[in-house]
Amino acid sequence: MARIDLVDLAHSYSGNDAPPESFALKPVTMTWRQGGAYALLGPSGCGKTTLLNLISGIVTPSRGKILFDGVDISHATTQKRNIAQVFQFPVIYDTMTVGQNLAFPLKNRGVAPADIDKRVKQIADLLDLTPYLNRKATRLTADAKQKISLGRGLVRSDVAAVLFDEPLTVIDPELKWQLRSKLKALHRELDLTMIYVTHDQTEALTFADTVVVMHDGRVVQSGTPAELFDKPAHTFVGYFIGSPGMNIIPAQVGGHAARIDGHTIALSRRYNHLPSGAKIEIGVRPEFVDIAAPAPGLLSANIERIDDLGRIRFARVRVGEAKLAARVPPGFSPSGDTAGLVFDPSHVHVYADSLLVEGAA
Amino acid sequence: MEKTVNQRAWFLVLPVFLIVAFSAILPLMTVVNYSVQDTFGNNQFFWNGVGWFKELLDPHTDLGERFLASVGRNLLFSAIILAIEVPLGIVVALSMPRQGWQVAACLVILALPLLIPWNVVGTIWQIFGRPDIGLLGYVLNRIGFNYNYVANDLDAWFTVIIMDVWHWTSLVALLCYAGLKSIPDAYYQAAQIDGASRWAVFKAIQLPKMNRVLLIAVLLRFMDSFMIYTEPFVVTGGGPGNSTTFVSIELVKIALGQFDLGKAAALSLVYNLIILIVCWIFYTVMTNAGADRPAKESVK
Repeated sequence: MARIDLVDLAHSYSGNDAPPESFALKPVTMTWRQGGAYALLGPSGCGKTTLLNLISGIVTPSRGKILFDGVDISHATTQKRNIAQVFQFPVIYDTMTVGQNLAFPLKNRGVAPADIDKRVKQIADLLDLTPYLNRKATRLTADAKQKISLGRGLVRSDVAAVLFDEPLTVIDPELKWQLRSKLKALHRELDLTMIYVTHDQTEALTFADTVVVMHDGRVVQSGTPAELFDKPAHTFVGYFIGSPGMNIIPAQVGGHAARIDGHTIALSRRYNHLPSGAKIEIGVRPEFVDIAAPAPGLLSANIERIDDLGRIRFARVRVGEAKLAARVPPGFSPSGDTAGLVFDPSHVHVYADSLLVEGAA
Repeated sequence: MEKTVNQRAWFLVLPVFLIVAFSAILPLMTVVNYSVQDTFGNNQFFWNGVGWFKELLDPHTDLGERFLASVGRNLLFSAIILAIEVPLGIVVALSMPRQGWQVAACLVILALPLLIPWNVVGTIWQIFGRPDIGLLGYVLNRIGFNYNYVANDLDAWFTVIIMDVWHWTSLVALLCYAGLKSIPDAYYQAAQIDGASRWAVFKAIQLPKMNRVLLIAVLLRFMDSFMIYTEPFVVTGGGPGNSTTFVSIELVKIALGQFDLGKAAALSLVYNLIILIVCWIFYTVMTNAGADRPAKESVK
């Protein structure tokens, strides 16, 4: 159990001399606190697995340091780091029974047989594997095999962290839900630091108390699910999280107002010193834009279609070149193709070159 | 759908039938025919029934003694070369590089002995082992071993075994290497995470993942070594005495040396039967090994 600090950590698969832009992981400095449940969220190829493998020691960093409780372990072997990791596809040892598979990490570390027995029983119990303990692991389904992999990740009680690399990819959707809740429960019960890599926002938001969003080799934001939703620090976070994603509209911003297409939208904060030459956009989640009957004071938009999600309806509209999603208030039915847009000023954010700009009160 | 009756199909099958008849069935029947007769030359044959077979399997007769002794020698030979080549092949495969140009270099070097014609292999070792001009024989004698494969049974065996190891370990190594290459990286990474030692990785991952190619390697090497003829014939000619006379060498001696067609025919049939049985075991084991895999049970 440990606090993990990353200091200026960066990695390139083609060596340290590669141009900085080609790095699979661009320099990142952050802290993972002991006992936290973290999710690393991002699209495929954003560097999240690289970051995970750097922490576990499968990959040695090109630059920077990794500290476990303040001790530099950047170049220590995986065995010395005391990390558990569960991979995307099940890894089981063919010749062993389920029980032997679970005991393997403990046996390799010379834990006393009585303690191994106890711990294996406990983990098997938590994962509902008890009836299979004496079976050969090869004959089981992919689901069960992945449970064994999970079990091997969780069986050591003294690990610095348990890393999960998209562990539920091979699992059926229904069982996926169960296993995810189970992991969450295990996290509370076993008091382990868990880092969970995924590209599925639902998985990340339900598992973690802190979600770290990565994009193009960078950590763009880390925060609670609510923070990511309410105040995305980067336009990427805005549209990657939430369904539909955040509306990003090019605008001119000055003082308390943003201008789109010659129309002025009120902002709740004041923006006076925006970087000059930067690309200025406003971002607002579809949940905070309502469509209404066209009116002179409202930004007018063309309705392209309306998606009925059951408990909520979203209109897909177009303002000039920009495409937006907006909430259709209950009971409202648009007449004709045009509508007005009503923005909730407190939820309109301003972005300069994709980064959130904090306005003054 | 109605089946059309078309007798012309026979004309298409007939050529194959004739070729197979002349190339396989007729020669085999000739052998069967010889095996139940005796001849004193001049194309005169006498009926002997199962006499040759009885003699062949009875160690108190000359033929039976020679046959059973050569089968024994052959089994011993196969056992020894398997005991050396399989572990050695695994070690070679494990120590081969995984990537880079070294892979290609290693593969070429390993493939070389396999590409050399068998009688050339025999000739190479025949010369290599000679105490007067052969590097191996000369050096061994200079450092104090009284090594002479023409005169000493043990030396002859040593030479024939080393030659086979040199010739065929590559095959086992290449098969094992292919088996090792097919193991996904995740297994090694997981083993690292689980704190497995090098030996534990071998025992828990590499050996189980190689077991199918190893089975193929063992059976191929068994079959081949059980039928070995050319190399020992070139090196020792079956000697000294009968010490390296394997079954096929014995067979040639009887058939072409003594021109005992009946005895030789009976011997080849039994020899063939042994090999067929091994083939059948090979086939059964292989298909069973494949069959037990998909039997999965679900765990919810």
